[in-house]
Amino acid sequence: MTALLALEAVEKHFPVVEGVLRPRVVGHVRAVDGVSLALNPGETLGLVGESGCGKSTVGRLALRLLAPTGGRVVLDGTDLAALAPAELRRLRQRMQIVFQDPMAALNPRMTVEEIILEPLHVQGRRDRQALRDRAAELMERVGLSPEHLRRHPHEFSGGQRQRIGIARALAPGPRLIVCDEAVSALDVSVQAQIVNLLAELQREFGLAYLFIGHDLAVVKHVSDRIAVMYLGQIVEIATKAELFARTLHPYTRALVAAIPVAHPRLRRPRARLTGDVPSAMAPPPGCRFHPRCPHAEARCSAEAPALRPVLPGHAVACHFAERFLPSPPRPNP
Amino acid sequence: MTAAPLLQVEGLTTLFRTGRGEVAAVEDVSFALAAGEVLGIVGESGSGKSVTALSVMGLLPEPPARIGAGRIRFEGRDLLAMPARERRALRGAAMGMVFQEPMTSLNPVFTVGDQIVETIRTHDRLPLSAARDRAVATLARVGIPSPARRMQDYPHQLSGGMRQRVMIAIALACAPRLLLADEPTTALDVTIQAQLLDLMRDLQTERGMGIVLITHNMGVIAEFADRVLVMYAGRVAEEAPVEALFDAPRHPYTVGLIGATPTLEGTGGALVTIPGTLPRLGDGLPGCGFAPRCLRATAACRAAPPPMVEVAPGHRVACLHWDRPTPGEARAPRVPA
Ligand SMILES: Nc1ncnc2c1ncn2[C@@H]1O[C@H](COP(=O)(O)OP(=O)(O)OP(=O)(O)O)[C@@H](O)[C@H]1O
Ligand SMILES: Nc1ncnc2c1ncn2[C@@H]1O[C@H](COP(=O)(O)OP(=O)(O)OP(=O)(O)O)[C@@H](O)[C@H]1O
Ligand code: SF4
Ligand code: SF4
Ligand SMILES: [Mg+2]
Ligand SMILES: [Mg+2]
Repeated sequence: MTALLALEAVEKHFPVVEGVLRPRVVGHVRAVDGVSLALNPGETLGLVGESGCGKSTVGRLALRLLAPTGGRVVLDGTDLAALAPAELRRLRQRMQIVFQDPMAALNPRMTVEEIILEPLHVQGRRDRQALRDRAAELMERVGLSPEHLRRHPHEFSGGQRQRIGIARALAPGPRLIVCDEAVSALDVSVQAQIVNLLAELQREFGLAYLFIGHDLAVVKHVSDRIAVMYLGQIVEIATKAELFARTLHPYTRALVAAIPVAHPRLRRPRARLTGDVPSAMAPPPGCRFHPRCPHAEARCSAEAPALRPVLPGHAVACHFAERFLPSPPRPNP
Repeated sequence: MTAAPLLQVEGLTTLFRTGRGEVAAVEDVSFALAAGEVLGIVGESGSGKSVTALSVMGLLPEPPARIGAGRIRFEGRDLLAMPARERRALRGAAMGMVFQEPMTSLNPVFTVGDQIVETIRTHDRLPLSAARDRAVATLARVGIPSPARRMQDYPHQLSGGMRQRVMIAIALACAPRLLLADEPTTALDVTIQAQLLDLMRDLQTERGMGIVLITHNMGVIAEFADRVLVMYAGRVAEEAPVEALFDAPRHPYTVGLIGATPTLEGTGGALVTIPGTLPRLGDGLPGCGFAPRCLRATAACRAAPPPMVEVAPGHRVACLHWDRPTPGEARAPRVPA
């Protein structure tokens, strides 16, 4: 299968500028530093990691809302950097984004109808009645009443606003939607409704999702495959079943261990990560995780581990990944 | 329990003056907390968790807020009948609070050290050097590296996790017997959340503090609480020991909350949902506030608020049909015994 979207060794280094009168670049935030991943049609790839590890930047690079400072972003076989602006605009219709805070993402002065149809105007469709029908159809599809098309965003609850954001993303008939913390700010009862809605829409329209989140339990629930990021890099990527059956990277293991239990009887003392995430301006040498890694050895601070396949469909960036494989079942005596 | 509870709240009703008249944000809420116990208060946005905690601390601005009814007793003493000066003396010394928004409750123009030292000196008449020593020790205790150096930092120089540790340090500096922690880990990464919950657990064991932990996260409840109060639209929906709550939730809202929370143990498929959305304050339903979203609802539910019934020792439910699960409704997930 050819990938719908491929990131090839993508980098985004933001310059850090100091000084007001004579501004100069004093360093770079290496927000995304050599990320490669591929997203297949109709699949959900989850992207998890701690705050500031570069998840949103990956999402914006994928949509080319940001230009990479290195590497390539390829959509349907086309390198987005090689496109003329008009072509890029056309191709972009295939990719949409849903944000965490729908209120900040929706223009408060526009009606819901204007909001939903905005991506279509960009596309240059002007048939009034057809557009109006399309908006009504989208409202219904996301579980809102078409009668509310003339209202403004503040008249809706958080969950309803997120439905509006989803309707807007669906309008141009995309093949890929980046969901950047799309359910993170919602109350659980509402979050569950939106998660289920996203799953239905995926089945119906064959959508692919890049699902960005920091709650591993939510990401696990929605994803087919999961990529774990740490300080601008992917440290582990695998199918969901594989990742949880054999969690190999020490950081992923710590992330899993930090998730609260589902039932009080499952409480147990667990190893905790110490310290905070280091600065992305001066990432630690070698393995970026080594200052917090309970398994670090001399080699870890000297040599950066490459992301390499350890099992079929399971790649890990750790020198010692094999050590964390569960021991094979013993043959019966 | 024979000894007087550490904290006892009876029939608390807190009202706010709004454009649409006075509305109750918290209504007829009762609970008790023993020393050394963790009571979790869980509920979705706007259910009245923070208002409950702020009412206990006496930190709501009056007006627009007003305690309409009820009694709050701390170590047997009636807080609402107490002179303001005495109440202030308890606050920050015997009763500490960690606030939901660390950035708004830390003062941006003072260093971390100044803020802890001031808290200590407000309550204990210590010489400055002794207060500073205690501040450094408290920062060390909450896991801040190089605490003496960090004393000179301003809040914006700290990461979110560090800031929340400072908030906990300020709340703990005078060794309170009661700690109210309002969503102390909500804005933080799970790895930092786990560190902080461990820290609070250690401090609680060490000092025998009573803790009220407010959260909207059922996982945090499962991880940390001894007893749980589930709130919905300003009222208590259910109260139970934590295992009973997860084994046999009786209120349909609790059942829904547990079912709607994705877990690592979950098997995928559609999540259980609660239909509809949360009511807005002052939507003023005469009967059960959950009725518009409840599959069990009957005419009786809509007539008057359901009374609280005790369905097992320590397990109270405000639902007329607590023993009548309905087809299509969430069911409690099975978990190994
Ligand atoms: N426009 C920008 N200029 C400079 N630095 C930036 C910019 N955007 C992001 N960064 C930095 O890049 C890093 C990655 O940020 P990003 O928003 O991608 O993280 P994230 O994983 O999405 O975090 P969160 O979970 O908090 O949303 C951070 O250190 C951030 O401060
Ligand atoms: N100062 C105020 N004036 C008017 N209404 C208020 C005020 N403070 C809180 N409320 C209302 O009281 C209700 C309960 O609010 P509260 O902050 O206790 O909710 P919560 O359960 O803590 O929610 P969250 O999970 O969002 O923190 C809400 O409807 C809120 O809008
Ligand atoms: S390479 Fe070394 S420091 Fe990095 S995760 Fe593996 S063991 Fe830990
Ligand atoms: S009292 Fe009635 S409406 Fe309220 S939760 Fe129980 S069954 Fe539902
Ligand atoms: Mg982000
Ligand atoms: Mg609150």
